[in-house]
Amino acid sequence: MPEDQAPGAGETAAREARPRVAKTTCYMCACRCGIDVHLVDGPEGRPAVRYIEGNRDHPVNRGVICAKGSAGIMQHLSPARLRAPLKRTGPRGSGEFEEISWEEALETARSWLAPLRERAPERLAFFTGRDQSQSFTGWWAQMFGTPNFAAHGGFCSVNMAAAGIMTLGGAFWEFGTADWERCEYFMLFGVAEDHDSNPIKMGLGKLKARGAKVVGVNPVRTGYNAVASEWVGITPGTDGLFVLSLVRELIRSGEIDLTYLIERTDAPWLVVEDPGAADHGLFARGGDGEALVADRRDGALRRWDDPEAKPALRGRFEAGGRPCRPVFELMAERYLSDAYAPEAVAETCGVPAATIRRIAAELAHVAFERAETIPYRWTDWRGVEHDHVVSRPVAFHAMRGVSAHANGFQTCRALHILQCLLGAIEVPGGFRFKPPYPKPLEAHPKPHGDAAPGAPLAGPHLGFPRGPEDLLLDAEGRAQRIDKAFSWEAPISAHGLMHMVISNAVAGDPYPIDTLFLYMANMAWNSSMNTSGVMEMLTRKGDDGEYAIPRIIYSDAYSSEMVAFADLILPDTTYLERHDCISLLDRPISEPDAAGDAIRWPVVEPERPGHAGVRGFQSVLLDLGARLGLPGMVDDEGRAKYRDYADYMVRHERRPGIGPLAGWRGDGESQGRGAPNPEQIERYKANGGFWQAHVPEEARWMRPWNKAWWDWAVEIGLVDAPQPYVFHLWAEPLAKFRLAAEGHGDRVPPEALRERLREAMDPLPDGRPPGAEDARYPLHAVTQRPAAMYHAWGSQNAWLRQIHGENPIYVPGALWREHGLEEGDWIAVESAHGRIEAPAVLMEAVNARTLWTWNAIGKRPGAWALREDAPEARRGVLLNHLIHELLPPKGDGMRWSNSDPVTGQAAWYDLRVRIERVAPRARSAPEVGRQASPVGVGPEVVAYDGKGTT
Amino acid sequence: MTSLPAESAVKLGLVIDLDTCVGCHACVISCKEWNTGTGGAPLSDVDAYGEAEGTFLNRVHSFEVVRDDAPPMVVHLPKSCLHCDDAPCVTVCPTGASFKRGEDGIVLVNEDTCIGCGLCAWACPYGAREMDRTAGVMKKCTLCVDRVTSETLPEADRVPACVRACPAGARHFGDLNDPEDPAARLSAARGGMDLMPEQGTRPVNRYLPPRERDEGTVVNLVALADPAEDAEAGGGLRWLDRALAKLG
Amino acid sequence: MHPAPSLIVFTTLSGLGFGLIAWLGFGVHGAAPGWVVLSFCGLAFVLASAGLLASLGHLGHPERAWRALSQWRSSWLSREGVLAVATLGVFAVYSALWGFGGERVVWLGLLASALALATVAATAMIYASIRAVPRWRHWSTPALFLALALAGGALLAGRTSVGAGLLLVALVVQVLHWRRGDVAYAEAASDMGTATGLGARGRVRLLEGPHTGASYLTDEMVHRVGRRRSKALRRIAIVLGFVLPAVVFLTLEAWPAKHTVAGLAVLAHVAGVAASRWLFYAEAEHVVGLYYGRAAG
Ligand SMILES: Nc1nc2c(c(=O)[nH]1)N[C@H]1C(S)=C(S)[C@@H](COP(=O)(O)OP(=O)(O)OC[C@H]3O[C@@H](n4cnc5c(=O)[nH]c(N)nc54)[C@H](O)[C@@H]3O)O[C@H]1N2
Ligand SMILES: Nc1nc2c(c(=O)[nH]1)N[C@H]1C(S)=C(S)[C@@H](COP(=O)(O)OP(=O)(O)OC[C@H]3O[C@@H](n4cnc5c(=O)[nH]c(N)nc54)[C@H](O)[C@@H]3O)O[C@H]1N2
Ligand code: SF4
Ligand code: SF4
Ligand code: SF4
Ligand code: SF4
Ligand code: SF4
Ligand SMILES: [Mo]
Repeated sequence: MPEDQAPGAGETAAREARPRVAKTTCYMCACRCGIDVHLVDGPEGRPAVRYIEGNRDHPVNRGVICAKGSAGIMQHLSPARLRAPLKRTGPRGSGEFEEISWEEALETARSWLAPLRERAPERLAFFTGRDQSQSFTGWWAQMFGTPNFAAHGGFCSVNMAAAGIMTLGGAFWEFGTADWERCEYFMLFGVAEDHDSNPIKMGLGKLKARGAKVVGVNPVRTGYNAVASEWVGITPGTDGLFVLSLVRELIRSGEIDLTYLIERTDAPWLVVEDPGAADHGLFARGGDGEALVADRRDGALRRWDDPEAKPALRGRFEAGGRPCRPVFELMAERYLSDAYAPEAVAETCGVPAATIRRIAAELAHVAFERAETIPYRWTDWRGVEHDHVVSRPVAFHAMRGVSAHANGFQTCRALHILQCLLGAIEVPGGFRFKPPYPKPLEAHPKPHGDAAPGAPLAGPHLGFPRGPEDLLLDAEGRAQRIDKAFSWEAPISAHGLMHMVISNAVAGDPYPIDTLFLYMANMAWNSSMNTSGVMEMLTRKGDDGEYAIPRIIYSDAYSSEMVAFADLILPDTTYLERHDCISLLDRPISEPDAAGDAIRWPVVEPERPGHAGVRGFQSVLLDLGARLGLPGMVDDEGRAKYRDYADYMVRHERRPGIGPLAGWRGDGESQGRGAPNPEQIERYKANGGFWQAHVPEEARWMRPWNKAWWDWAVEIGLVDAPQPYVFHLWAEPLAKFRLAAEGHGDRVPPEALRERLREAMDPLPDGRPPGAEDARYPLHAVTQRPAAMYHAWGSQNAWLRQIHGENPIYVPGALWREHGLEEGDWIAVESAHGRIEAPAVLMEAVNARTLWTWNAIGKRPGAWALREDAPEARRGVLLNHLIHELLPPKGDGMRWSNSDPVTGQAAWYDLRVRIERVAPRARSAPEVGRQASPVGVGPEVVAYDGKGTT
Repeated sequence: MTSLPAESAVKLGLVIDLDTCVGCHACVISCKEWNTGTGGAPLSDVDAYGEAEGTFLNRVHSFEVVRDDAPPMVVHLPKSCLHCDDAPCVTVCPTGASFKRGEDGIVLVNEDTCIGCGLCAWACPYGAREMDRTAGVMKKCTLCVDRVTSETLPEADRVPACVRACPAGARHFGDLNDPEDPAARLSAARGGMDLMPEQGTRPVNRYLPPRERDEGTVVNLVALADPAEDAEAGGGLRWLDRALAKLG
Repeated sequence: MHPAPSLIVFTTLSGLGFGLIAWLGFGVHGAAPGWVVLSFCGLAFVLASAGLLASLGHLGHPERAWRALSQWRSSWLSREGVLAVATLGVFAVYSALWGFGGERVVWLGLLASALALATVAATAMIYASIRAVPRWRHWSTPALFLALALAGGALLAGRTSVGAGLLLVALVVQVLHWRRGDVAYAEAASDMGTATGLGARGRVRLLEGPHTGASYLTDEMVHRVGRRRSKALRRIAIVLGFVLPAVVFLTLEAWPAKHTVAGLAVLAHVAGVAASRWLFYAEAEHVVGLYYGRAAG
């Protein structure tokens, strides 16, 4: 065994005898399904993957599997797999490398990073993309001491997470779900696939089997929206208006759940109303700091949680001498305005007024006429006993169609407000949280910065600022982080702004960095806006001939575009060859009725014969951490504390008794809390690779207010103390930022940013569409996830790439005819920033002003072990070339970032374009040069016999 | 042998729900994955990392239906062998390699006697047969005969790979000649239809037509039904005090 | 359908070969036994079997070709094989007795002729019996194959005036086959509506194929010929395959070096028939095209 194959990659377990069916967790996408990997004796008797199917016992997928999951074999055998650590020999982007030993690779990395930690830890920017181990990578960065860590959430869907947590203490994304069993009316906003790929399909299947109504709100009618009973072909960016128009109709007609609003939300809370004053828009609070309501019997002020209170929902009151009104009245007043009348929004939304009215009526009808009073004993946190729960069989789900706009945060808030009005959250038939949610804003950390040489960070990087006081600014008020997260430019950027890192670093704004350390993110390609620009930035040199970003370390498992732009490659294993944990500290596999987590383990060994081999990245990171002597990663003698990631998964404790894995702790009998258990991983394997703890019956519903829930949550370690709360129609943290924007308080934004912040930081969503209309670019252009492809990494898959080998631009019928297009024609799509040319295809079932294409199909010649003339490189195309991380100059001397002013969420779908017919080309434009392949090109013929040989 | 057998009492087949199919291609890949390793020649992919042309037994097509009085629909159509009762692909075969089983009606190809003439693929109106480029023999959906008739697989797994995989539950397997079979009942209840009946192949597989789309349910909520009763801001809350009074 | 060279060569040559056999079954005018007869028979033999050999090139497993003789009860392809073998066998005996022995056994000859024509008919029926290809499924398909075989055979057999006449008959059948074929796909009962079962809902069109590249099905059955190309080829086929040879053979006496001219005329005919065959495949639309967005017209 060569030194380079030594244990440490966490692959030791792979040498144990294992069952013919190995149960682990899929990673062909982020859905975390359980898979049964069937093994046979392959060449030289080594276990080979026969086939992969869904694990019937697994809570996420219940035995089903998607196209990607079944194609896992082709990923595992992909010719694009890296085989050894690589050191760049040619210029960046050329793809010219030499293979080096792991020892050399790790020492190189150590020698680059050690001085940074001593001198200026912030000069390391560590950003991880499709990371399922953020609680670990984040902890590593915290111990290193750099403030510059985040994963991909900032360009993904932070809007959904932030708006959800700040409004409901739980979110869409995969953190909550419709009650598929009881829901009778389901509205899906802006979803093509989502992370819950299989669960949503299974859910839709259940609704269909019952003949329940599914409404797809989406400019494009494909996939989920194709099977929707009704399709609302909305104009991109206008969902907020559409939803608030529904809200208006419901309020106007009194079709709302008053009891729910009074008991479960802040609708009765009093808000100080005194424009210009320093407390305008804040909750009126009593001496104990608790929010107040006015009793509708006598107008007396009472604590919001006073069981005796019968709170008023309208009227003017005075608290501590300050004029105030209930949230409900402010909200009703805002939304009853004619600006939200169906007739007023129809044109903008591209949805007929009659349809808006009818959908409002249908919602009310199902929510209230079809509601049932279900006998159910539960006790609220105040000790009051209840003997029933009322069902509301209407559910909603939304994802990037809502979030990937500059108004996404507020649009998502509007949607949650609609759910609250219908009383359709945490009740049968409605929207349900998955543990660790519900979890109020107060239970989430604040962001941590203030890096100091040689020292770890005081706390986790990412969190939720409650107001300006929590921003990460330096003495001069400049951003502390390289991505400017938690600065005035993106105050509540709870997931960071990975999409701004490269351009900020190259611009040296707020400061230059020394080393960019990336993991699992194809930043030189499909995960960046302005792709051509980013490739230029990564190769840009200063006058000293040094690269503007001097050093780039990258961990990938395959020969991606990003690999070609890095200096040092730490090759990862495939998902079948390593340990991973899908932790409750991260993005677990919980279901509404059960908390759960899962593992991955090496069901086959990472064999790269004739090469130095690959190692699980997390194990490598621990090794590197030990070499750097990072706290928590070395023992008192400075020796590595963890053998590998598997060892960390078992022995690491985040809080006493709380570790990455919640199952079989202590003596193996305790769950959630308990001492580390050396047998833990074996117990997981024996149980099919996952663990679940079922929510007690009395804790299943009304959980934010349910005593039994909180007791259980504390017991299994989801939280350390009960934290009952109400939903927030009114976003007080935003009010605080708005006050700062008006000049109140000691931390105020720079003049140039104030107007924008004042507008954006509205405690109630106003539904304003993003951006300004520009007659030169009248059209919208968006992308969709293909169900059978995962971003860039599906294209190396011999089976999947036959389904999506190229991606034409779909053109709405009217536009098609207007431009006299014909089958086989090519078009140019042009934005204020760039131009692409690609084949066009006619489509009728799409919003009349919206073009679309599949995401991430286009490839750079030479990448992914594909032939340089592969269809992906000739007829594939990225819209990313058209999207800039900054908005075009407005003439105000500023370059505003193309993101949500509240969260910094990248506004991919605000893209505005125009088209023209062009002559067909040999290669789609822009052409982006080529890269040499460090792994060669895949074989001519693949004929997989199910025995590891093709 | 390639003369068709007397009509079988058992007619195993698929019922595919076009109202539910989201076009995710899971059935396509799970089919390839299972059937490439089940003993016969692998389902090969030629120029796998270039133009890529592979053998598949199941494919999903997406159609648009443009309607005058309603928004256009999109319908996904998964298509594999329909195991026809009058299977032209069987009678044209010169070698007897292509045959329909008397016991359950499954249409199969014997790879050891197939000469790869391609005539059966010509005879099939549905494009359910693909010649494997490397093996030179005809490939087609076997209805996962090795699963559905397996003695070793767990009971629950004795269904086709595509049916087991389908995340939306849009694929159903059963004896479509048995009125009591759940799949047959579903087909009867939802008006299961033939593809290209005029081709006279009498397919066993059934397709459940998409339910009506884009019709609003009629509900009479006075206030919402009638926009006229729209009131000036605040006035829109006239109902509120009444409602609160009710709450006490 | 994909115009596979192997199939074009096969049907063209074997058609000619079996056509010639059909005529030789009736003997040859004034040809005394000996080398003349033998060379006539030899030519027929070579053409017919060359065609059959070419057809093997179309198979994935030529070494198993013998199996194709087994299913004559149901399969026209199998019948064609059996008949071809039988024809060549009978014809071999017939030609041997005649060429070497000098005695032409009339009933053997007639049997050979009958088998030869049956073989050609069987070949045609392979196509005519495929309902999925409306252009082929018509009596004019066997009519065309037989007319061409007989005409070509006659020319080779030196029955020039009959041959010329038959050429004109064949031309009529050919034009009719094209005319009717051009509307067959549109008139066939199958369209995207029946293919998807969605016809009643509205106008059905393909949005996305099942794969972005090619497949066996698209290569083999979703072939498309440009209108212009087909027009041009039809003209070539008519002139070379029918008109020119007919004219030449009707006026043969008037030509100098008439054997050379006749030879060239026959070559022209073969080229013309090859063109017609290319179109026979290339223009044939398979209903599976409906699943790949190939609507009629
Ligand atoms: N136009 C447009 N652009 C978009 C989007 C859009 O909707 N439209 N979506 C955006 C969103 S939400 C996201 S999340 C990003 C996604 O974009 P990326 O984050 O770039 O995701 P991928 O390209 O799938 O994967 C990134 C890298 O992970 C590598 N990888 C795969 N498996 C492993 C492994 O096991 N170990 C390691 N170390 N690496 C591995 C892959 O090889 C690939 O190079 O794209 C963004 N870009
Ligand atoms: N198969 C597969 N699954 C995946 C991924 C993948 O690459 N492949 N990627 C994973 C990742 S990283 C993510 S972030 C999730 C994202 O999952 P999704 O949220 O489904 O992301 P998108 O594919 O971007 O889908 C956005 C949808 O919103 C629509 N849309 C665009 N603008 C608007 C608008 O203004 N209003 C409305 N109502 N709709 C709009 C688009 O037409 C599209 O259908 O998917 C995850 N799951
Ligand atoms: S959705 Fe598919 S790819 Fe994603 S985890 Fe589940 S099976 Fe794997
Ligand atoms: S797996 Fe099911 S939903 Fe997906 S394409 Fe196949 S039939 Fe349709
Ligand atoms: S679908 Fe095609 S291959 Fe299958 S039985 Fe019918 S005709 Fe034969
Ligand atoms: S390809 Fe094989 S199965 Fe099909 S007809 Fe020819 S011999 Fe029969
Ligand atoms: S039944 Fe089996 S062979 Fe047929 S399509 Fe389904 S998976 Fe493929
Ligand atoms: Mo994402």
